[in-house]
Amino acid sequence: MAVGKEIRTKIASIKNTQKITRAMEMVAASKMRKTKDRMQATRPYSKKISQIINHLSHANPEYKHPYMIVREVKRVGIIVVSSDRGLCGGLNANLFRTILNQMQQWNSRNIEIDICTVGGKAANFFSNINANVIGQVAKLGDTPHQMDIIGVIKIMLDGYENGSIDQLHVINNEFVNTMTQKPVMTQLLPVVAGDLEDDLSGCWDYLYEPGAKEVLDHLLQRYVESIVYQGLVENNACEQAARMVAMKSASDNAGNIIKELQLVYNKARQAAITQEISEIVAGAAAV
Amino acid sequence: MAMTIHVDIVSAEQEVYSGLAEMLFAPAELGEVGIAPRHAPLITKLKPGEVRVKISDKESQEFYISGGLLEVQPHVVTVLADTAIRAHDIDEAQALQAKARAEEMLNDKSGKIDYARAQAQLAEAVMQLRTLERLRKRGS
Repeated sequence: MAVGKEIRTKIASIKNTQKITRAMEMVAASKMRKTKDRMQATRPYSKKISQIINHLSHANPEYKHPYMIVREVKRVGIIVVSSDRGLCGGLNANLFRTILNQMQQWNSRNIEIDICTVGGKAANFFSNINANVIGQVAKLGDTPHQMDIIGVIKIMLDGYENGSIDQLHVINNEFVNTMTQKPVMTQLLPVVAGDLEDDLSGCWDYLYEPGAKEVLDHLLQRYVESIVYQGLVENNACEQAARMVAMKSASDNAGNIIKELQLVYNKARQAAITQEISEIVAGAAAV
Repeated sequence: MAMTIHVDIVSAEQEVYSGLAEMLFAPAELGEVGIAPRHAPLITKLKPGEVRVKISDKESQEFYISGGLLEVQPHVVTVLADTAIRAHDIDEAQALQAKARAEEMLNDKSGKIDYARAQAQLAEAVMQLRTLERLRKRGS
């Protein structure tokens, strides 16, 4: 029947799209479980190391490590952790919006910005807006290794040591729950003193073995690496969760459209039949 | 009851141990250290080796770590290990294999390999085996 042809092909094509989105939803769901496990597995380490750093910032050390000294801020470095692939709803867009807001604030105070990107989306975005990207790494897959991100961290740490940047931040999505992901920015350097659980006030310092400089160098580098890595792992879990939700709503929408089109198609078909009958009846009456 | 101290051992992959103990022994860079409750605050690097947690007179647990950091606060000890495994879970065959591989790499004079890395691998494998041996002695 000529009347329904376009509608029928349209329905078929939407059904195909729906199949794809449904498959992607299921893949994302199973990957999310794995990435979430990984995120939870690495959490204790990064939590403990931040705790130690926190204790350290409340100590009164003889030797002040450069990473702990607050300088006047002329230039900041940010490590942006984004996903490699799209089709994950507003995840990356939200992240970039947060960064742009922050960048505007810095710009208004004449603070310059250096950016290192982790993940393909951030690399594209920041090269498009002509930001000052000094390092990037992408295509880390679903099981990133700490080795992969050491390069970009080294660029930033070197920058901090030779004074070209005065602050280092990392920004990534935080996994609140499956439905909610929230962009968060953490200041890595100089180390900020947070609240303490137990009372450590008074004048005290650690004993360092073998030497304060050696131990602190090692510890602080580990700290930066583990926090950035945690951000990366967390962002991965966010990506899968966001993709799962986005694909689920895409499948639902496809279902709705199919339903509507089916209705339109049925109506058109019925109208055509009715018209045909009335033509036949009219023809018979005329004879 | 004896005084106790809270011990946390975490590796990059998981939390390995968390609980109270009477004493903790760890392979610090300058030699083995024993941490009792109310030890002065200390931060030190750790070598590959065995971390022993003495929970009570009768009970203690061993862990193998491949290096890391140790932080001591008067009431909390934290071991940040690069990798940590319960000593019982060390696979002897695998440790032996790793040792053989590392030695082979060291002996390979073609100059293509990274000596520092091979040495580190060898030290790690040897320490794993030593931990196992000690465990076995204690068991027998």
